[in-house]
Amino acid sequence: MNYIIESHNLSKVYNPDTIPVYAVNGVDLHIEEGEFTALVGPSGSGKTTLLNLIGGLDYPSAGDVKIDGTDITKMSENKLIDFRLHNIGFVFQAYNLIPVLTASENIEFVMMMLKKPKRERDQRVKELLAEVGLTDKSKNRPSELSGGQQQRVAVARALASKPRFILADEPTANLDSKSTENLLEMMARLNKEEKMTFIFSTHDQRVIDNARRIVTLIDGKIVSDTKQ
Amino acid sequence: MRSIVVIASVAVGLFAGMFMMAFYSGLVKQEVSIAVETQLSDIQIHNPAFPDDKDVNDTIKYASDVIANLRKDSTVKTVSGRIITTGMISSSSTASGVEIHGIIPSDEKGVSNISQDIIEGVYFSPSSPNTGRKGNEIVMGKQLADKLGVKLHSKIVLTFQSDSGNLTAGSFRIAGIFRSRNSGFDEMTVFTNFNELGQLLGTRNSIHEIAIMLKDDKKVEPVASGLKKQYPALLVQTWTELSPEMAMLTGLFDQIMYIVIGIILLALMFGIINTMLMAVLERQREFGMLMAIGMDKPRVFFMVVLESVMLTCVGIPVGILLTIGVVNLLAKHGIDLSSFSQALSQFGFSNKIYPELPTSMFLPITIMTALTAILSAIYPAMKALQFKPAEAIRKI
Repeated sequence: MNYIIESHNLSKVYNPDTIPVYAVNGVDLHIEEGEFTALVGPSGSGKTTLLNLIGGLDYPSAGDVKIDGTDITKMSENKLIDFRLHNIGFVFQAYNLIPVLTASENIEFVMMMLKKPKRERDQRVKELLAEVGLTDKSKNRPSELSGGQQQRVAVARALASKPRFILADEPTANLDSKSTENLLEMMARLNKEEKMTFIFSTHDQRVIDNARRIVTLIDGKIVSDTKQ
Repeated sequence: MRSIVVIASVAVGLFAGMFMMAFYSGLVKQEVSIAVETQLSDIQIHNPAFPDDKDVNDTIKYASDVIANLRKDSTVKTVSGRIITTGMISSSSTASGVEIHGIIPSDEKGVSNISQDIIEGVYFSPSSPNTGRKGNEIVMGKQLADKLGVKLHSKIVLTFQSDSGNLTAGSFRIAGIFRSRNSGFDEMTVFTNFNELGQLLGTRNSIHEIAIMLKDDKKVEPVASGLKKQYPALLVQTWTELSPEMAMLTGLFDQIMYIVIGIILLALMFGIINTMLMAVLERQREFGMLMAIGMDKPRVFFMVVLESVMLTCVGIPVGILLTIGVVNLLAKHGIDLSSFSQALSQFGFSNKIYPELPTSMFLPITIMTALTAILSAIYPAMKALQFKPAEAIRKI
């Protein structure tokens, strides 16, 4: 079986020399292309740490993470940054858009870092804004958008580089019910139509209900892994 | 708001640096001009033996021919011949040592501005007999008049050695009292009529000193060197040779100016570092996000430095315009330091300083300020590189 993401015996220990805290403890996880997976568990169970390790935002204390067969835990910091740019899309809980840029500029920014030509960037921004239903908000700055709209721009930005998968850390935590419903519907459509792989960390039952695979973590260990 | 603070820091730093230069430049230029226009003139010619002993017999040979030639020279504005001796001045109550200048008032007005500094009486009465001119007039400084306890029209006695070595004395009436911007000069120098002093000294029409003012003060050196070649038997000196301490002071002021500017730029550097560091720390989450989505370290570094450069590029013209505006305004009205006038006049400074912006310094100061701003951005930029994206993203 070819997995898009594989982790073997993945661990992250904080304060290893004093009072060790195992945020992630010996996790083996395999994600196939096109999955719509939710990492669930109580606060402090290691969801965000696991996402950070999978996304190459942090180095593990032990174990490895392979993306399309490449072990990213052996990469230098600079190579890892470049790897993230080309292969991974991120959606954060607090949207984290650049406040001085418009919606379209926020989306275009990633493609500028990829040195895509202007015409290609404009075309892709147009497609992505249409895809997330914000064509009419292209010139609005984040402060002029609702939370739900900002999170849609964040998803569009994550998709801009045509990544292999998108990691979303509590993407609905700051959204109301209607915005959550719209966002989930949009991501489910992207997953289905574009075969985009999504991995969420979430507490939100509505996200859990929409996920096709649920991985439950407690104290940094996977305690259940179910498909629905 | 942060950007405005950085722009303001650059603008104020640049203004402070350039204003200091303008102030010092005005101060030094005024001091030199006071010394040149009151005492030194651009060039002086003497008998080579005269400056050491000031012997009345060490006169300039063929002085009238030298003066006539100088008056034909197109670079020369005015020339004045002087008799100079030292002696005692006595009032009814006290006496003091002075340097006595025998001058032709109409010529002297062209090389010295003492005639404009008269605060009581006149700068010698007109010489026409029809005006009822009285003989043996003397003009002295306010400082000396106060010391001697004399007033306008008071009589004083000058005692000095004649050409034959005998002590001779003359009685003079005070025609005018002046107050120049150099109190030392005011206390030590008196002016009498050339012919009257010449008769008392026995030197008649002989001259001890020829004072020359040029049309262009930038040509002092080449003109002086031409005169040295033309009159090898005479001592030709520029004002810097006559008063080396003045030339040294000018150089010293230049150094002080650069030290002060250095301190200002250092303060500016810390100001920018502080503001940019705050900006970087406040935007930790933004930097974390940028690194997470793939912005590499050189780009993050360049972004912080570029921001500082952009803000500097806005601050520099603001600072230059501010300086031009303020300096032009103060160049018209002057900076009144009259509360320090006594101390300033002791050192030969005016109590009103007219700042003057040396335009040649615009570029170096601007470059120094820009470099300061760029250097100041390096530490905050390095700090931004130390953020760990996983931690920085979660910062509030």
